[in-house]
This record gives sequence, structure tokens and C-alpha cells, in this order.
Amino acid sequence: MTEFLHMGGYAAFVWSAYGISAVVLIASVLLPIFEKNKIRKRIQRMLQEDQD
Amino acid sequence: MYKWFHQLGSPPTFYRWSGLWLPWLGITCFILFAVGLYGGLVTAPADYQQSDSFRIIYVHVPAAWMSMFVYMVMAISGAIAIIWRIKLSEIMMLSCAPIGASFTFLALVTGSIWGKPMWGTWWEWGDARLVSELLLLFLYIGVIGLYSAIEDKRKAAQAVAILSLVGTINIPIIHYSVIWLNTLHQGPTVSKFDNPSIETSMLIPLLIMALAFKLFFGIVLLLRARNEVLWRERRSQWVKNLVGGTNQ
Repeated sequence: MTEFLHMGGYAAFVWSAYGISAVVLIASVLLPIFEKNKIRKRIQRMLQEDQD
Repeated sequence: MYKWFHQLGSPPTFYRWSGLWLPWLGITCFILFAVGLYGGLVTAPADYQQSDSFRIIYVHVPAAWMSMFVYMVMAISGAIAIIWRIKLSEIMMLSCAPIGASFTFLALVTGSIWGKPMWGTWWEWGDARLVSELLLLFLYIGVIGLYSAIEDKRKAAQAVAILSLVGTINIPIIHYSVIWLNTLHQGPTVSKFDNPSIETSMLIPLLIMALAFKLFFGIVLLLRARNEVLWRERRSQWVKNLVGGTNQ
């Protein structure tokens, strides 16, 4: 396990590359999901204002 | 055939089928990432020249491939949007830009992190591959900026489509830069299909990761396009039913 984490001495490079990739990819999925909820709420508010 | 195509492109139909597909795409993509990462980080042997640092290839190369692939999807969607005025393809074009920008950013950053131990430098202005990939990032940012800068959104979409079509010139430059101009960046390892200069146990995880990235792009593209469709169609009855009702 330690050998795996050590990455033949390149741990800092390998893990930072994978870490940044993970952050960017996860953010790419989460952003549109949050956005969808915001849009739905905005449309719901619009519909309620129409009814009033 | 045309009728079927047209119906698929209609916003409510698109919204429905993409909603059905997304969970399955998500599961498949997750499995591919898990298998690809395990293969790349664990089972693939260390490179005889680069030791374990070569493992950066499993995020760098798929991201770099996708940075170009997404650009082509964006430009083709733009062409379809201009010629046939299909609204959905305009939405696709616009949704591609931020995704492509993040893949390009990843390709540049992971490449830089890989370059430091291998070439002894984070960046080299004289390298055609590096500079043309940076230009790609600016093209994506330009597309996003241009669209938000033009008030009339119909004109903005047309301008963006033209910009992305012109920018396709950069794609073959990126691809062939390592062959035409022999600088720091190494030559292609995989595209010589008859005789790839990479071991099978190293190649298979790379192809799996590439597939995972491609599917990932499809998922994020659908998510973004669905949002845009929902907002643009907010006045239509189907959106009112959808948002007003309890179902999804």
C-alpha cells in the first residue's frame, strides 16, 4: 500500500494530477445539477406569480 | 425518417428521453472509471523509462482527446444550427463550450504536472503542441465570452457558431504538431493502430478511461442541455406541467 502511494517517487506529481482531475470532473457534474434545481425553483416562482 | 428526426429534436421529447437515459449512462460511466482507474493505477506495470510518473497518461490523454472531440461536436452543432436552424443543436453547441474548456484545462494542467519531472519544465512556449492546446482553451473561453457579450441571443448564437467553425483550423494543428514539429512533447503512442508503441496491459486501461471520459462528456452535455431547454421553454405548457406537477 505504501509502495502504491509512493508511486516510485513521483507521488506528488501523480496524485496531484489525479486530484485536480477528480475535482474538475466532480464539479462538472454537480454544477448543472445544482443549476437545474435553481431553474426549477425560478419557474415555480414564475408560475405562482401568474396565479396570484 | 425526417419526421422521426424532427420529433427527437423537439424539446419535450428530448427532455423525456434524456431523462430516461441519464441514470444508465451514469452507472456505465462510473463502472468504466472504476475499472479504468484500477487498471491504470494498479495493474499496469511501471514504465521502463518514466517509472510510475507515466500513470498521469490515464487522465492526461483522455482529457486531451476530449478537448478536441468536444470542440468538433461544438463546431458541427454550430453548423447544423446555422444551416437547419434546429434549436436543440444550438443548445448543444452552447453546452459544449464550458465542458470543452474544462477538459482543455485538465489536459494542460496534467500535462504540465507530467512535464515537470520528465522534461524538467512546467511549460515551454516553443512547443507547438502546448501552445496550440492553450489556443484551444482561449477559443472555448472566446466562445463563452462572445455569447454573453452579444445582447441579441439569436445573433450571439450565430456569431458563436461562426467562431467555433473558424476555430476548427486549430484541431489538425494540435493533432499533427507533434509529427510536423518535433519539439518537447512526445509523439503519438496510440493512434498508430497497426503498431501502437505501448504495451497492451498499459493500453487497455487507457482505452477504458478514454471511453469513460467520452461517456462523462455525454452525461454532462445532456445535463447542461436539459437545463437550457427547461429554461427556454419555461412558458410552454409541458414545462408548466412538469415543474408544477409532482413528477420529476
